[in-house]
Amino acid sequence: MADNLQLNSEGKLKHFLTIEGLDKSLLTEILDTAESFAGMSEQQVKKVPLLRGKTIVNLFFENSTRTRTTFELAATRLSADVLSMNIATSATSKGESLLDTIRNLESMFVDMFVVRHAISGAAHFIAQHTAPHISVINAGDGQHAHPTQAMLDMFTIRQIKQDFSHLRVAIIGDILHSRVARSQILALNTLGAAEVRVIAPKTLLPAHVETLGVTVSHNLNEGLKDIDVIIMLRLQKERMTSALLPSESEYFKCFGLTEDKLKIAKPDAIVMHPGPINRGVEIDSKVADGPQSVILKQVSNGIAVRMAVMSMAMQRQGGLS
Amino acid sequence: MSRIQISQGRIIDPANKIDHIGSVYIANGKIVSVLNEPDGFKPDRIIDARNQIICPGFIDLSTRLREPGQSRKATFASETVAAASAGVTTLCLQPDTVPVIDTPAVAELVKDIAEKAGYAQIYPIAALSQKLEGTELSNMLALKQSGCIAVGNANQPVRNLLILRRAMEYAASHDLLLMFRPNDYWLGNNGCAHEGAFATRYGLPSIPEAAETIALAQCLELAELTGCRVHFGQLSGKRSVIRIHQAKKYGLDVSADVAMHQLHLTENDIAPFDSAYHVLPPLRTEEDKEYLRQGLAGGTINSICSDHQPHDIDAKLGAFPETEPGMSTLETLLPLMLSLVAQRAITLTQGIAALSEKPAQILRLRSGALTPGFSADICVFDPELAWQVNQDNWKSQGVNTPFWGQTLKGRVTHTLQGGRIIHELAQGAGHEQ
Repeated sequence: MADNLQLNSEGKLKHFLTIEGLDKSLLTEILDTAESFAGMSEQQVKKVPLLRGKTIVNLFFENSTRTRTTFELAATRLSADVLSMNIATSATSKGESLLDTIRNLESMFVDMFVVRHAISGAAHFIAQHTAPHISVINAGDGQHAHPTQAMLDMFTIRQIKQDFSHLRVAIIGDILHSRVARSQILALNTLGAAEVRVIAPKTLLPAHVETLGVTVSHNLNEGLKDIDVIIMLRLQKERMTSALLPSESEYFKCFGLTEDKLKIAKPDAIVMHPGPINRGVEIDSKVADGPQSVILKQVSNGIAVRMAVMSMAMQRQGGLS
Repeated sequence: MSRIQISQGRIIDPANKIDHIGSVYIANGKIVSVLNEPDGFKPDRIIDARNQIICPGFIDLSTRLREPGQSRKATFASETVAAASAGVTTLCLQPDTVPVIDTPAVAELVKDIAEKAGYAQIYPIAALSQKLEGTELSNMLALKQSGCIAVGNANQPVRNLLILRRAMEYAASHDLLLMFRPNDYWLGNNGCAHEGAFATRYGLPSIPEAAETIALAQCLELAELTGCRVHFGQLSGKRSVIRIHQAKKYGLDVSADVAMHQLHLTENDIAPFDSAYHVLPPLRTEEDKEYLRQGLAGGTINSICSDHQPHDIDAKLGAFPETEPGMSTLETLLPLMLSLVAQRAITLTQGIAALSEKPAQILRLRSGALTPGFSADICVFDPELAWQVNQDNWKSQGVNTPFWGQTLKGRVTHTLQGGRIIHELAQGAGHEQ
């Protein structure tokens, strides 16, 4: 099911809603563009005038400090004007519909929405109904997609491992509720990874998960064999109250990444986590802060990747020379 | 206009095993004769049905017309016109109106609104429990006496099996039919899509097939225990068909229907996040669809309902899980039935029976057949007439159909209810004399 909503008539990125329907060359273009921005952060002047005069609104219907901050920084470094709105505590709680919120902001001559929403499909819905000159970037919708997170993970993997074709990647934890995992799986398969493996108890795997193009393991000791890249997912506390897991301690015992478990993977395996980390729940501090961890690298790469996606989407809108 | 002759059409009347070209003769609201012209019959009106099919008017076992309480979505005025234009002459109304059909007063109110809309045969289904809360029994006998044709709990759960058992025992005492949509509320887990590849890919809260099958199996056990007649509505899964097949073979007095869209659409047809496809039970897999079709062809599934649920625009305007479930389906009923015939899933006679004879049997109505003496509830349709689903042709106030914009084949030219012409296609194949 191709999703053409996010491409313009020339097949260029107009919105960035999901990895689905984007081909390898487009994903590679995002990574290459991010590469060109990556060095900037260390320079004295951390700004380029690419989006000067453009207005970007961060619409966060769900709280997220880190994602919002990196989007703000990315927009600022592209010289755009940025407005961040935490709508979780504003208009929609007063009964204003999602569409009314969008319409109101549209009439303030906005050029781009960055949307985070707790419901799957929210970013699609906004992209479908917003004015044609506005780009929509999905900063996470429900359990569906978080494509910029997936791309910054791909960027980090490529930085260290160069090529995807020999890589075996394990994603460990709450796949069922994870928009990050869904986007990562799509991106890894599109970029040609040798294997994507999900490791979790059955309660945290969606039905027919293999249809996403993954192999499945319910055992960390077996699942980590031959793995080059380990991606740990955050475990939400509410999984215990909804009877998906008995306790944090039992989860850590079975699926928590410790130094011992890490040894099962390839010696040069890297450890990733989209954050925020639950130390002692899904990952041991010694691993999170250890030499194989690239977790903080992911965070700094987040800015470059978001700059890449924002500038590409705005270019295709014809807003740039 | 008391005498009508519907002339020279292909008469298909499954109940009377008729499939012949000829005329149907109507006087004083009743069918007088089929094929044989009564002596000295002088029609006031002749409807030319050449190249058309004359069959019993359709009987819909599950409809929502949104009144009382939700006239923003639809009204009896708008939806009975839609029903008439679809050849539907009898409607069963689900009890989840606002207020709920759980007192004789609301049942009477429904009948009053129907009468004002000029559409006679609307049968309310009484709520099984007060306010549909699934805890206390409704006044079933009083509701039956005010014209409710059955009892049911719409899409709401019954609190526990003890309450369901008692409700079924009480319904059986008054010879009331239970119309039951099997769905285990807890397993359903507030889902909005079938638990399968589609929901997994798009991260949608999902409903396993077992939510339906488990509730169905429990209710089948209680049907035997209580002796209550049960009709299972809007089945969606393969295992439900298997269970009903076994239960019938075992000798239980049960029947079943399927919503027309379940025979055509699966999770594979859902355009990503297109809320027009948001429906409960959810669209399932190709395999489920095949079983439902075979169940229908083999008689395990008795009938087809529309499960018509018109919505206002706003109800469908949002991210998929946040939109309201349901499709506006009355007007696509006939073309989709004909499409099943064209795909050789069922015969035309079976399709017509599933929309008329069979639901009449389930409701024990003297209807659904062109039997002399029966009320003249008749549908005349042109099976070849193609039409586009668009604003010009659509009558329902709810435009929430996934078939919007598509061209479908088969259109009702005349609908008679109690001998009264309640629909006549303005132009096209129906050549009037």
